[in-house]
Amino acid sequence: MILRGKAHKFGDGISTDHIIPGRYAHLRSNLPELAKHVLEDADPDFVKKVKPGDFVVGGSNFGLGSSREHAPLVIKMAGVSAILAKSAARIFFRNAINLGLPVLICNTDKIDDGDELEVDLTEGTVRDRTNGSVLTFGRIPEVMLKILNEGGLIPYIQRHGDIKV
Amino acid sequence: MSMGKTLAEKILSEKSGTDAKAGDIVIAKVDLAFVQDTTGPLTVRQFRSSGMGKLANAKRTVIFIDHAAPSPNANLSNDHILLRDFARESGCIISDAGNGVCHQIVQEAYARPGDVVVGADSHTVTAGGLGAFATGMGSSDVAVAFGLGKNWFRVPESYKIEVTGDFQKGVGAKDLILHLIGQIGADGATYKSLEFHGNAIKTMSMSGRFTIANMAVEAGAKAGIFESDETTEAFLKAEGRGKDYRALAADANATYEKTIRISASQLEPTVSRPHTVDNTAPAKDLKGVKIQQVVIGTCTNGRLEDLEIAASILKGKKPAQGLRLIIAPASRRELLKAIDAGLIKTFVEAGAIVLPPGCGPCMGLHQGALGDGESSLSTANRNFEGRMGNPKSFIYLGSPATAAATALKGEITDPREVM
Repeated sequence: MILRGKAHKFGDGISTDHIIPGRYAHLRSNLPELAKHVLEDADPDFVKKVKPGDFVVGGSNFGLGSSREHAPLVIKMAGVSAILAKSAARIFFRNAINLGLPVLICNTDKIDDGDELEVDLTEGTVRDRTNGSVLTFGRIPEVMLKILNEGGLIPYIQRHGDIKV
Repeated sequence: MSMGKTLAEKILSEKSGTDAKAGDIVIAKVDLAFVQDTTGPLTVRQFRSSGMGKLANAKRTVIFIDHAAPSPNANLSNDHILLRDFARESGCIISDAGNGVCHQIVQEAYARPGDVVVGADSHTVTAGGLGAFATGMGSSDVAVAFGLGKNWFRVPESYKIEVTGDFQKGVGAKDLILHLIGQIGADGATYKSLEFHGNAIKTMSMSGRFTIANMAVEAGAKAGIFESDETTEAFLKAEGRGKDYRALAADANATYEKTIRISASQLEPTVSRPHTVDNTAPAKDLKGVKIQQVVIGTCTNGRLEDLEIAASILKGKKPAQGLRLIIAPASRRELLKAIDAGLIKTFVEAGAIVLPPGCGPCMGLHQGALGDGESSLSTANRNFEGRMGNPKSFIYLGSPATAAATALKGEITDPREVM
């Protein structure tokens, strides 16, 4: 499967508070309103700039902090097709996969804000069409790939009624 | 001959019925699953849409209303109604506003050594202080644990943290964990289990062990686990849960990915500077940093022992002019103990604001949000940009002793100056 879109570049250590701060907890049962604040504390204009299919590109330890699943949820609601990062925090990584949002671990140093990217999920490559470089990303563990392929954890449970490894 | 096991490997082997080693993926029984009021509504919605129908174990499923307690607005009040309705329908336990922070009550009332505990809150790791494999997960994963009584886990590699020697006066568990995170970094233990050993751990109170376990996630760890011992047993007995005790130790020939040795006597009062927990410095090097609000409490440092240290420094004194001092006890039980010990009188006389038990200002929802350009010294566990309600404010983290000393001076202060 091939994904195409523009890179929105962020630095190292983007926390769940950057992605969706606790002060918006009162909007967590009103997801369309909550989603208007996605990544607000890292880039207040992100929500205006992002287009369906685009990529969020982070540095190291992307998504550190809270277990709030709303963090990957609002990124997904913004139309982002995948997150690329040098490394990702454990709970965030699992939450994103559980929502059917791929997190691809690769060296994002060469990707600049605004680059046009082409991600081949089957081949495991990221082609930067702006600068011509090609990156490879680490394999997603088998159990997570099954969940991702079903569109997330809840669709997986709806289909199988159980969890297996 | 079987290979030795770490605490994480032991617990996940037992709960999965396999010979689990680091790197394995296992399905393990979940002994306790919980959510809180900011993650619970999504868990309830995911559970309802999953088709699982019934809770696997209603008496080991708990909903906590603690993050916005009491609720500051109608939206959050409506989320609380949703959670109370779900508890009524499903038969699970609800711990309502005023009882305290989920992590404190989990160790007071529910978690047992050797349990697998999952919670929709990153600081679920706190229960590792009494020998549970406790880890934070998202709402969907906890919904699965609610319905199936199990989930999948990757068995983590473990780091052995060996702490020897005696702490200096004015230095304690909080300084140790801040120092460790500063040393290894905010992603220094991502996916790993931290296992705490050494004579300084053996002689440490349960309160101190919970402070350390609570912050394991701030180094990225999946769990922070302590062996259970006579201190754990005495704690459970005091909570009326003596029968929940079991002795749990790592095998002497367990395999650790890394061993980190720390000499307790070398540690100093330590502070995390904005905006990351690993941005640490000795408190004495931060003299002159003005502070407008001091917070003492939360699930990290809101227990009797923490409040005693703070009260001993504050007794008969007043905070610096214009400084707001907020006390947030971790739970109703800890608040009652502090009342019995006369500590609350000391705080109120010193001009402090005593909040109801709960998360207080830690997450920026209510009760002590910071203004533009303001700085807080807090005993909580996280100082991310925007965490306390305002991305234009600054959060420093420290021990109850450092917090109390800072409250008196109005600037970051090494507590040994006032002790």
